[in-house]
Amino acid sequence: MFTDLIADREKTVTIRIDGNAHTVTAGITVAAALLSVGVRRFRETPAGNSPRGPFCMMGVCFDCLCVIDGQPNRQACMTTVRQDMAIDTQSGAADLDPFGHSGRGDA
Amino acid sequence: MAETCQLAIIGAGPAGMAAAIEAAGLGLSVVVLDEQAAPGGQIYRSLEKQPPAGRPDLGEDYDQGRPLLEAFRESAADYRPQSQVWEVTQQRDIHFQADGAVQHLRAEHIIIAGGAQERPVPIPGWTLPGVMTAGAAQILLKTASLGARHAVFAGSGPLLYLVVWQYVQAGLPVAAVLETTPLANYRRAAPSLPGGLSVPSYLIKGLRLIADLKRAGVSWISGVEDLRADGEKALEAVSYRKGSRWRQIETGHLFLHQGVVPDTNLTVSLGCRHTWNAVQACWHVERDIWGGTSLDGISVAGDGGGIGGAMAARLQGRLAALSAAQRLGVLSAEERDRRSRKSLRILTREGRTRKFLDILYHPRDRFRRPPDDQTVVCRCEEITAGEVRAAAALGCQGPNQLKAFTRAGMGPCQGRQCGLTVSEILAQAHGTGVADIGHLRTRPPLKPVTLGALAACKKSRG
Ligand code: FES
Repeated sequence: MFTDLIADREKTVTIRIDGNAHTVTAGITVAAALLSVGVRRFRETPAGNSPRGPFCMMGVCFDCLCVIDGQPNRQACMTTVRQDMAIDTQSGAADLDPFGHSGRGDA
Repeated sequence: MAETCQLAIIGAGPAGMAAAIEAAGLGLSVVVLDEQAAPGGQIYRSLEKQPPAGRPDLGEDYDQGRPLLEAFRESAADYRPQSQVWEVTQQRDIHFQADGAVQHLRAEHIIIAGGAQERPVPIPGWTLPGVMTAGAAQILLKTASLGARHAVFAGSGPLLYLVVWQYVQAGLPVAAVLETTPLANYRRAAPSLPGGLSVPSYLIKGLRLIADLKRAGVSWISGVEDLRADGEKALEAVSYRKGSRWRQIETGHLFLHQGVVPDTNLTVSLGCRHTWNAVQACWHVERDIWGGTSLDGISVAGDGGGIGGAMAARLQGRLAALSAAQRLGVLSAEERDRRSRKSLRILTREGRTRKFLDILYHPRDRFRRPPDDQTVVCRCEEITAGEVRAAAALGCQGPNQLKAFTRAGMGPCQGRQCGLTVSEILAQAHGTGVADIGHLRTRPPLKPVTLGALAACKKSRG
């Protein structure tokens, strides 16, 4: 579990993660926000349903993909949290190829 | 009609910022595209933000980026944050996505300053949630002041030790550091120490940092030969081997590191010539002293062309800008040379000290070519080392042909996590050099573009 090293955050936003409301630090990435509330599994792979979470935090591994405000395959580590943002972790079936090459599933 | 500019710079790290400052100062019209929300690249990430009270000390090298960031902000360069470049053509047309829309830019000259990424570390279990890179741990610390207690750090190289140091400064207890630098590397590296009695300052700094950590009571285990991440649905423990003995440490966090490598996806997709660098064990785009590639009007500056560090990146950025200005007729060749002399001299010196680090932290073979057939090498498509070797046995000659055998390299990361490993495994299987095997060809889009945006753009391109 990641812990916040700063005790009293002045600026926070409320987001929904898989339907549940959470208060997180404003201005951080979606990936950091999810990790800060203890989410480890961001998605499951389409091929083997294996659980994945962020690996690189800098946009190169694509293991942090989740559904952000209804859009699947968004890179959580490259997106900043906003008030009322809805984030859903992705299961294999919802996992469309972000390049539109193969188009598995029916997100 | 697409927007135009004289010089487009891709990336706003040390190289891109230095290039922009120089070129804008010479009166060129400059556009800087960067995918992050703020300038600085990975090394100076979030440095501009007023540090929130209580943020841990990140060290003096980090704070040293401040003047460069200020000069960049003051320059006349047109800086566009959160712009993801997904295609660049040889005609210097740039296609990128910003604010959810596809945009185009045509430049007379392009400087690519995309920087580096961490080298993939394919070990058993490295895809489990809880396993991240050391760089990822640092990004969480820099951008969100988040840290993990009782984490295990494993691998080799200056960035790893720096992140552990930053963790200790932040008061985060570290479970262990598993150092994998082969002892033989010290012997191999010694002859490339710069001559004379002067030990380079970065070496002293590095040694002091490690001594600090040991003094702080961090459990420091050197000579680790093998690693494994254990767990069912997420990381539960880390196993390591020294000699013939395996031991296990329970933890929910493992941060891996085996050095950094250039991000070559853009230069490869463009068709720039690349060569295999055996010392850094990665591909380098071919470039002259000005950063010029095999393509007219396309230069590369900074770690994206070969790892040299932040100082070298700044100098290379400046040189690439001077050379672009000369090519565009703003500066005479004599004037370019006169303004470059000092930078070129420092760069040569930097290059010499770099060699020592490259040899010392050259990763163990098993972290580049996992011997265990079950180890996943392509994270996106879940292709194992065994599947790559089986394809080689069936006659698969190279990474591009491999796509027909497995789907390695065809997932969303476009081979950024498996490209090097696949080429190295195939080379070993065929008993030949990586240079002969070649690299994965990447194709645009290099970053995900929403289907709607792409369709709209195809239409407008006719
Ligand atoms: S964590 Fe690697 S792309 Fe987001």
